[in-house]
Amino acid sequence: MKNKRDQKIKELITRRTLILAGGKLTLFSILAGRLYYLQVIDSDKYKTLSENNQFNVELLPPIRGRILDRQGVPLALNKDNFRVEIIPERAKNIGNTLDKLGKIIEIDRSNLKRVLSEIKLKRSFVPIPVVDNLTWEEVSSVAINTPYLPGIRVDVGRSRSYPFKENAVHITGYVAAVSHNEQMGDPLLELPDFRVGKSGIEKAFDKNMRGVGTQQQVEVNAFGRVVRRLPSEGRKTGDDVKLTIDMRLQTFLNQRLSEGNSLSMSVDDPRVIAALRDGQRLPPEIHPTTGSVNINKSNKITIPESGAAVVMDAFNGDILAMTSTPGFDPNQFNDGLTAKDWERLLANPRSPMTNKAIAGQYSPGSTFKMVVCLAALEAGVWNEQKRINCPGYLDLGDSRFHCWKQHGHGWVDMVGAIEQSCDVYLYEVAKKLGIERIGNMARRFGFGEKLNIELPGESKGLVPTEKWKRSTLGKSWHQGETLITSIGQGFILCTPLQMAVMTARLINGGRAVKPKLLKLEGERNQFGPSLKLNPGHLKIVMEGMNRVTNGSQGTARKVQNPSSKFNFGGKSGSVQVKRISLNDRLTGKIKNEDRPWKERDHAMFVAYAPIKSPRYVTSVVVEHGGGGSTMAAPIARDILEQTMRLDPSRF
Amino acid sequence: MKEERSSALGSKIKQLNFGLLLLVTIMCGIGVAMLYSAANGNMTPWAERHIQRYLVGLILIIVIALIDLRFLLRCAYLLYALNLILLIAVELIGDIGMGAQRWIDLHFIKLQPSEFMKIVLVIALARYFHGRTVEEVVRPIYLLIPILMVLGPVILVMRQPDLGTAGMILLGGGIIFFLAGVKIWKFVTLIIIAVISIPIAWQFLLDYQKRRILIFLNPEIDPLGAGYHLFQSKIALGSGGLFGKGFLNGSQSHLNFLPEKQTDFVFTMLAEEFGLMGGLTVIILFMGIISYGYIISFFIQSQFGRLLTLGMTATIFLYVFINIGMVMGIVPIVGVPLPFVSYGGTALLASMSAIGFIINCYVHRNLKISRFSAGLD
Repeated sequence: MKNKRDQKIKELITRRTLILAGGKLTLFSILAGRLYYLQVIDSDKYKTLSENNQFNVELLPPIRGRILDRQGVPLALNKDNFRVEIIPERAKNIGNTLDKLGKIIEIDRSNLKRVLSEIKLKRSFVPIPVVDNLTWEEVSSVAINTPYLPGIRVDVGRSRSYPFKENAVHITGYVAAVSHNEQMGDPLLELPDFRVGKSGIEKAFDKNMRGVGTQQQVEVNAFGRVVRRLPSEGRKTGDDVKLTIDMRLQTFLNQRLSEGNSLSMSVDDPRVIAALRDGQRLPPEIHPTTGSVNINKSNKITIPESGAAVVMDAFNGDILAMTSTPGFDPNQFNDGLTAKDWERLLANPRSPMTNKAIAGQYSPGSTFKMVVCLAALEAGVWNEQKRINCPGYLDLGDSRFHCWKQHGHGWVDMVGAIEQSCDVYLYEVAKKLGIERIGNMARRFGFGEKLNIELPGESKGLVPTEKWKRSTLGKSWHQGETLITSIGQGFILCTPLQMAVMTARLINGGRAVKPKLLKLEGERNQFGPSLKLNPGHLKIVMEGMNRVTNGSQGTARKVQNPSSKFNFGGKSGSVQVKRISLNDRLTGKIKNEDRPWKERDHAMFVAYAPIKSPRYVTSVVVEHGGGGSTMAAPIARDILEQTMRLDPSRF
Repeated sequence: MKEERSSALGSKIKQLNFGLLLLVTIMCGIGVAMLYSAANGNMTPWAERHIQRYLVGLILIIVIALIDLRFLLRCAYLLYALNLILLIAVELIGDIGMGAQRWIDLHFIKLQPSEFMKIVLVIALARYFHGRTVEEVVRPIYLLIPILMVLGPVILVMRQPDLGTAGMILLGGGIIFFLAGVKIWKFVTLIIIAVISIPIAWQFLLDYQKRRILIFLNPEIDPLGAGYHLFQSKIALGSGGLFGKGFLNGSQSHLNFLPEKQTDFVFTMLAEEFGLMGGLTVIILFMGIISYGYIISFFIQSQFGRLLTLGMTATIFLYVFINIGMVMGIVPIVGVPLPFVSYGGTALLASMSAIGFIINCYVHRNLKISRFSAGLD
């Protein structure tokens, strides 16, 4: 009985054991099958996924092309930027390490704060930059001490460098970090260290200079730590951009224009003494910028003039130098400007951010008179020999139009009118000529349209016509406005570049030369199509311009340096910013020095050299500089003298 | 008398199943190699300790193997009671580790009583069914006590909460029931009841447990979160291919994409580095160990011994199947280690003691134990 029962149980267990063993065998087969499926059938898919895991693609940014002057001097280049970084996980004691580092190189307090907060935010193996732009001395002293600075390392990055600082800033422009709305899907732009051109050549030729980046495979672990970098190819440095600029002339131009002359004051001027005592700031009526005061060699205070100047080859259109003052140092944008500095740049009433040479729009003033004279001669409404008696004013209807010379010039002909810049003569001419013909001639000289220089932000100026006034102002044209236009005042506007182009077209035999900044290798000079002007007429106005500086009555005759062999011709202009009221005339408050800076006249001068077979032209605008012949003419003379000395077109 | 005992001991030692011991040693050796690789080619922190634990485990196997089977029968309930007390102690004083209360820190070892419960429950159930006839087993009243014996620890372990171990205890218990002769329809009924009660049980699950089950059912819903582990594990396995990436070259494991590679995902790393060939080798070796258990069971005279052997075999099988199944995505990821290979003291000692009991049964295979001799009679 007992045996039987045992037997029964044994049989049951045996049966069930076999069932169970079969079940387990089945399950093991399922495991093996699944393993086969994953590792053989689906293997390719997972291999790809594994590589995706293992390798991140890192973009290697290309090296940006340089900007060179006509002789190959770099205006913008890439320099090694040595920086000290801390890798938190390698520093035993972060505070201690930074303290020690602080004894070797200077770390300012706000920077230290940033570093400490970044350490908290980022993964401990991510290097955090501590100090940028180290000098060689600093690099070597940190490098020597690295054994005592756990977690500190010196890294080399590349940063854009502008060795001439503010001297060419409005030509080169600057690069800065990519802003949010510029990110147009190019992954390069998402790199934190990538810089794009924000203005000037840097912006206009950004795509050419950018080059081609490459992808580098980087082996990473699950936390994103880089384990290994694989070699990569295909990176292409961006193209260099070669300019027509001569950097020696450019530097001279910028410094000469900045210096000016009317606003330099002696250091013992009581206002200057007060300013020096008062944190080196001048009172706003003299110097409205927040910039500091510079004392030059001759113990004078100089205030950077606000203005623009252009030097151009009248035949091939090469811009040899072009500046706008005040400028700013483009290097500071590379690492990001502080908000305070940025606001200061924007708030400066002398607008350092604007390239006034191409974007500033001014009335040309008396520098426009040659164009009006040419129009009159061509139209046949006037004869250069025709003489006019200038009593100092001209009455037209109820209005009286003044000449700049209160008591008049007396009897003048056309050459004399240019020489002495007689306004009344031009009024008479304009009465005969009419606004339409003035406008047509102005357009032939490059006014009213963009000259398409290779820079962003060019203005086109304005050549007023009856139609224009009706459509924009809804008013009909008055003859008085024609008179005002004939002396380059009123509605008419142009850029300093347009003034230079006008001068060039006057002296190159009437060819429609176009300005250019890009120097292309092996390019043949293009003189531009003829403007079909009568050479005789051109000769007449050029004689006028010659007499401006060389004539006995020339407005700028005093500018000539008798001890120098250098000679030049030109035309001055003074542009009223504020209408001079009758009251001002009666009280005699018409002198520039008596008015606040913002209300003073713009000083203009256009000039050419050499006097025989002219080649180079310049235009100078000094905002609120006062008289053209006293303020702008000496600058123009020095510029042209320097240009002749360097003779950059030889290169 | 003394001589007789020592000669008995000597003959017992000769009876030890050296083939099974060799298989276990090979598995532990594979474990050491994988732990060496997991530490990027270092003996520390895992491989060295694994060797030490293996040596301790080997002594444990021999000690267990030499215990008189009848003595074990007598102690079965006591062991169960002690283990249950430890489980309750975990509830009260257990450390919080890995998001679940599983350990008692005895300062020299962090004890996981739930791991031992898998073993002890098998002993206790084998003890219970040893005294039962086929007729008794058929009557539901006789099943009440063993069901409570299973459910007690299951509930305690689930409260920790450790779903994997609870499931293993439940399945291990179920297998003993099955072997003892409980009718198939009863299992079917139970499963039906379980299925019906799933929605109710669902309410009692913690969020992370719910999520794990959901993600198991559809890993794509969370490739970067909780599904990340499984997804990375499958990538590691799949990218291993037929022959693997080579020892120490598993990119998934070494670049830390694989979580817990020294414990739960050690098989994944092995199959990444040695491919399908390595994986199949391990599976076949485990089949060898389990086959040993089955073959031994046929030689055993006592019902207790048979149930014990088969129960221990089943426990090891469950470890292996759940572990390998979960890293391949056919079982939810529940945190069950791979016996002899995974790093972890308690699990290694538990699975080695399971081997010890199997060998014990082999050593005592000819011993006949009366169904009533277990008690005080």
